[in-house]
Amino acid sequence: MSDSKGIFLKDATVNAADGDQRAFIRKALGGYYTNRDLQKARYRDWERARDAASMAKWSAVNDLANVLEKFVANFERNGGVVHWARDAAEARAIILKIAEDAKAKAIVKSKCMTSEEIHLNDALEKAGYGVVESDLGEFIQQLRGEAPYHFVFPCMHVKREAISELFTKHLGTAPTDSPEELTMIARRHLRQLYIDADIGITGANFLVAETGQISITENEGNARLTAALPRIHIALSGIEKVVNHLDDLSVLLPMLATAGAGQPMTCYNTLYSGPRKPGECDGPEQFHIVLLDNARTRLLADPEQRDALHCIRCGACLNVCPIFKNIGGLAYGTTYQGPIGSVITPHLRGLKQWNHLSGASSLCGACTDACPVRIDLHHHLLHNRRNAAKESPTLFDRVFHNGFNFVIKRPWLFATGGRLFRATLPLLQKLPLPYMSAWMKTRDLPKAPAKSFRDEWKNHENV
Amino acid sequence: MRVSLFIPCFVDQLTPKVGLATAKVLKRLGHQVEFRTAQTCCGQPSFNSGQWDVAREAAVRALEVFRGTEVVVGPSGSCVAMMRNFYPELLKGTPYAAEADDLAARTFEFSEFLVKKLGVTDVGAKFAKKVTYHDGCHALRELRLKEEPRQLLRAVKGLELIETEEAETCCGFGGLFSAKFPMISTAMVQVKGGALARTGADFVVSSDPSCLLQIGGWLSREGKPILPLHIAEVLANDA
Amino acid sequence: MSDARTDIFARIREALKVKAPRPHLKAETSSPKTSVAAKPWLPDGGETIEASLQILSEQLAKLKAVLIRVPDHAAAARALAELATQKSWKKVAFHGHPMIQPLVAALPCEVWEADKSFDKQRLEGCDAGLTTCESIVAQLGSILVSSQSSGGRALSVLPHAHVVIAEVAQVVPDLGASLALAKSRHGESMPSMLSYITGPSRTGDIERILVLGAHGPKELFLILVG
Repeated sequence: MSDSKGIFLKDATVNAADGDQRAFIRKALGGYYTNRDLQKARYRDWERARDAASMAKWSAVNDLANVLEKFVANFERNGGVVHWARDAAEARAIILKIAEDAKAKAIVKSKCMTSEEIHLNDALEKAGYGVVESDLGEFIQQLRGEAPYHFVFPCMHVKREAISELFTKHLGTAPTDSPEELTMIARRHLRQLYIDADIGITGANFLVAETGQISITENEGNARLTAALPRIHIALSGIEKVVNHLDDLSVLLPMLATAGAGQPMTCYNTLYSGPRKPGECDGPEQFHIVLLDNARTRLLADPEQRDALHCIRCGACLNVCPIFKNIGGLAYGTTYQGPIGSVITPHLRGLKQWNHLSGASSLCGACTDACPVRIDLHHHLLHNRRNAAKESPTLFDRVFHNGFNFVIKRPWLFATGGRLFRATLPLLQKLPLPYMSAWMKTRDLPKAPAKSFRDEWKNHENV
Repeated sequence: MRVSLFIPCFVDQLTPKVGLATAKVLKRLGHQVEFRTAQTCCGQPSFNSGQWDVAREAAVRALEVFRGTEVVVGPSGSCVAMMRNFYPELLKGTPYAAEADDLAARTFEFSEFLVKKLGVTDVGAKFAKKVTYHDGCHALRELRLKEEPRQLLRAVKGLELIETEEAETCCGFGGLFSAKFPMISTAMVQVKGGALARTGADFVVSSDPSCLLQIGGWLSREGKPILPLHIAEVLANDA
Repeated sequence: MSDARTDIFARIREALKVKAPRPHLKAETSSPKTSVAAKPWLPDGGETIEASLQILSEQLAKLKAVLIRVPDHAAAARALAELATQKSWKKVAFHGHPMIQPLVAALPCEVWEADKSFDKQRLEGCDAGLTTCESIVAQLGSILVSSQSSGGRALSVLPHAHVVIAEVAQVVPDLGASLALAKSRHGESMPSMLSYITGPSRTGDIERILVLGAHGPKELFLILVG
């Protein structure tokens, strides 16, 4: 068993048994479902909108080299600097170099999952920079010293009492149980940090090839401030975030908001096309973008699962996933949790180490229905399982399934075996058999009938 | 119509009454019903476990078993989805591809067959009980069946249909998943079973016997006063 | 060793040698690629200006943004002064724009033209920022500001309240129309920032409970003339 699987099983077992925490998560998501349904109802045809969103991403991803070239040419024409990183280490080195050249001290960040993916904060802090996360949820997680629980709602699992204690400990503020007051504490604390920061680091939700702009989606205004006040703006983005046309955003931005947060639009959707222009009164002097591969091209090379690169990181698949809701986001041990994380993590970090996430699914398909860009999520979990069985088969699985096959290809043996199975079921239920004992721990089996259907059928031709 | 029954292997062995009820309803509607005894398991457990070579063998055997049938009807959204959606995927690019597509097109889930193929909603059943309906994920999301079973239930004399919160939430069965990840599967059936029990219904009805195995198994263990029942058993009841 | 850019492009070209099937589309989608095409499946933005204004006013109300309709610029000046009094604003920063300059003259408090210098600390000390906008999207209740129309990047987001002054003619039905307008207006020389503002700043990060004014303005006012 891989280490990551062992940790997963342990955490999932603990969390799945924590009824209070599970109820808390379901309650927290209650408002999301209501708002999402209200907003979806405003679409005159949500399914057609999904088609259009899916096609917008499909056409860019399947022509990635050309679309990226176009984006880069336009981005540079607008005065931005482009950097390329094959992997996490290269991306970290590029950002450290920019900070060093700028003689920066303080860095403010807005929410960027790609930076979690490359463990950027650790690297910056080790190099002596002060780094602060400005998104409220990320700020709370940074103080907790914990990875995000959900890649859109980073601290949705933390109760207000714990946040109040955290703020008292780190910021010296008086305890309060009001979410409003807690938010204002963070607001006041972070304001001066934006003003003092030398560098602002953001992610990017879309890169628009046609115009060379990057699009950033957020609700709080922290990304707006991060890209407005410091003298250097660095955006870190995966190469798959590119779209062809500015007009693609007329579909993607509302859908991202509706699917992800149940909003018509998130509060701020901002397009940046460069550093401060002549005649503009503020904004950074430098604008850098770091374009990251980090195994995305490995996923690109799999045409069957290439559509996983259409992902716009809305989080809708997490919000509807019964696995996510019952084991929580931290149990995954990945940057990207939930169904999309289970699909892509084996590609990004190794199938053998991470295939268990594809196994830990009932394949209910709620994720696939929720996905605004029509990623075939739950079927890709099946594809990962197939690839893993081929790449690193386990002896138990081979024996079990070949044995099962030996029986089911012989109807007489199936019938005889069934008879034996039914006769001994009361005994089998008490034995420490694989699968059977795991089932029996929390569930009963029906009483085995004396006759099988095929036995009955002989006598009941005239049912 | 000549109907060939597609009886899931665990229904054959553990809940034969579901198969018998299916046959009874079809016969009552005047159809010829046959059961080909060479059938065993559709191969879904192996398919879901990534053992596609094993599943492919099972698929080819099923093609042989059901060769020459007019329509194939199964009382299980999950097993029918295997045949309808996943056989074509498994056998794509093999000499069996066309036959797999052909079988997929004439295979129906029981309630789907009644409502969509035959256009029947009232099968003359009586059942004076309060029931709630559980959507099996395969029926709901692979076969896109939502209204069909409800139309059938609403037409049953005396039956009161109550909707459940979490109606579209997975029960946590997922085949071998329920035994490979029992803690997650159990947490899921707690959510589902809890919601079902709160409806105050006498029965939870589904077109998926595998979900009923999971839900019924948990309800029984927890001593909840609501019983699992397959939709065919409700529709077969005419007394 | 080749550089990262060359390597990544080589990987992409190699990966794309095998084609992926087009996505399974549920509906008959003709051509989602034609730009500025009407998209009759997205939320409605209204076919007439009356319909658009109706949708806009509903959207803004749901977003907890305040819409103030006035017949002319003189009325706008009065509405703004009233707002400043009611909210007890002491310092208001504004974008030096011909539509705004006459309005601030009547304000009963200290005013400062933020375009003149980039003073973050001073801007942070302002109670409100007053800007124009590029266009207003009825469909979504979004207001498009730019680094040109809003006196830079910070004025519309750093002060505690944001007031936008606009004319009815700036209202467009949907997001596609607004993006097309920005493209035709600026061509290859886009402002360095274009931002769709959809309601006051908000967060749900604590227990998914909505709180307004996370980092940006707690209050958003749209004074619409005409």
